[in-house]
Amino acid sequence: MNATAVDSGNPAAGGPVPLLSVDGVTLQYKTRDHLVTATYRVSFDVFPADRFVLLGPSGCGKSTLLKGVGGFMKPVEGTMRLKGRVIDAPGPDRMMVFQEFDQLMPWKTVLANVMFPMRVSGAFPRNEIRDRAMAAIEKVGLSKFRDVHPHMLSGGMKQRVAIARAMAMEPDILLMDEPYAALDALTRRQMQEELLQLWDDTRFAVLFVTHSIEEAIIVGSRILVLSPHPGRVKAELNAHQFTHTEQGSAEFMDLHRRIHNMLFAERLEAQAIKEAGHG
Amino acid sequence: MADPREKPLPPLRLEIENKSLESGQIGEVQVPLSAWERVVNLDWVRRLAILVILALAWEIYGRHLQNPLMVPTFSNMVTALWDATVHGPLLERIYTSIRVLLIGYACGVGLAAVFTALAVSTRVGTDLLSTLTAMFNPLPAIALLPLALLWFGLGVPSLVFVIIHSVLWAVALNTHSGFLSVSETMRMAGQNYGLRGVRFVVHVLMPAAFPAILAGLKIGWAFAWRTLIAAELVFGVSSRSGGLGWFIFENRNQLETAYVFAGLTAVIIIGLLVESVIFRNIEVRTVRKWGMQH
Repeated sequence: MNATAVDSGNPAAGGPVPLLSVDGVTLQYKTRDHLVTATYRVSFDVFPADRFVLLGPSGCGKSTLLKGVGGFMKPVEGTMRLKGRVIDAPGPDRMMVFQEFDQLMPWKTVLANVMFPMRVSGAFPRNEIRDRAMAAIEKVGLSKFRDVHPHMLSGGMKQRVAIARAMAMEPDILLMDEPYAALDALTRRQMQEELLQLWDDTRFAVLFVTHSIEEAIIVGSRILVLSPHPGRVKAELNAHQFTHTEQGSAEFMDLHRRIHNMLFAERLEAQAIKEAGHG
Repeated sequence: MADPREKPLPPLRLEIENKSLESGQIGEVQVPLSAWERVVNLDWVRRLAILVILALAWEIYGRHLQNPLMVPTFSNMVTALWDATVHGPLLERIYTSIRVLLIGYACGVGLAAVFTALAVSTRVGTDLLSTLTAMFNPLPAIALLPLALLWFGLGVPSLVFVIIHSVLWAVALNTHSGFLSVSETMRMAGQNYGLRGVRFVVHVLMPAAFPAILAGLKIGWAFAWRTLIAAELVFGVSSRSGGLGWFIFENRNQLETAYVFAGLTAVIIIGLLVESVIFRNIEVRTVRKWGMQH
């Protein structure tokens, strides 16, 4: 994955070439009565093998931004490029893992679900599809459940299938929209560890949306902190040094507090003004 | 923290940790149900029991009344049904009816597919479908029979016309509302694979809306069957070989009431068979297996 990204990049530039570059993107969507600006002039670059996290409170447009990268929304301003090509439609080069469990097709078995996007995209030779699907299912530890239908699986297992399905496609970038938000805390932690293990094996690039600071620090190698109404970039931080083992360490807590203060800065300021007024 | 005397605190207890866990006391975790419970849990057993009770009630009432012209007994009806099937024209009549029915049903479902395809792809199509269904769905198909007779004459085409009318709107309405209820996540997942247009409809919308489509097909089937029998009662006369409706009408004219009941029973049996064998099997193999219906 690393090599291909570098090959397709601009040879004139000396440094690493971004895989995904989002440049001054403003996204708007319409509700029945309003035109809502979800993000305002957001820019960031994702490099190969990045675990890039979009973090922010609800209303910061992080999910909308991910839908934009997915090709489900067109920006009103700015551009998004994947490997130099402008993103203008959804496609299997950016596989998405959704938060909702109903993303799996209930009429297909686990194996058929994983095979289906490979079959319809035509990106893989027909005789390899089955083996690739089996390998992907094995990687997420669901080989025993290959032939059951999704309604027989637990929430965590369904998300594993969705991840296997996305990984089997070998997308340029994996898009994950709060994939673990609907899981219980224990399962979530286990899934985070598994994702890191998978990343360690294959070094894919992932764009991960979450509203949990802790999850962002553990899962992410780089964190984009967004402020709400509309979503603007507040900071871009490094978090590659932290996993579950460092959770609770002083550095971990420092970064946690730093992000927390950023996200709640406005509230703290408002509180300070109020207190100053009373004093 | 306030004074504990004012605000109560829970008592401080020793911690407990079990080093080894035993489960030998309760025996098997799963115990099979008794034979009687398992038999009663079978749907068809309970339904058959209801049918037997109804047939018994009929037999008793018929014998009590002693008037075979008005209400023949259940056993008379069974004899008549046997006689009409083996020696009489019943099988031929059933064949005629079902042939016409299948032609009409297939045409109706095909047209419904065209209408819903239009409705999901264009806004004009949506408006067209909702306006037409609002207009024609409440209109009983049999009310169109006089017009159909005028246009197509006495014969199969008129019957097919009214059957199409009875099937089309019910199936189209259900299919369309099924498509509309497919979740946004499922649509996005489909688009994410790069599916567009017809492939998107075939691979994502149709299976995802299948419970609603199946419900539409069932309602359409029931409407078609009713309409056909009613239409045959009106003009089975003309065509060389009449259908089941004509069989009923003919026997009423000859005051063979037991045969009238036999004809009605044949209508019911065919309806039940289609529902409980064909549709039931489709259901078990699709929506139930997929966990979309329980």
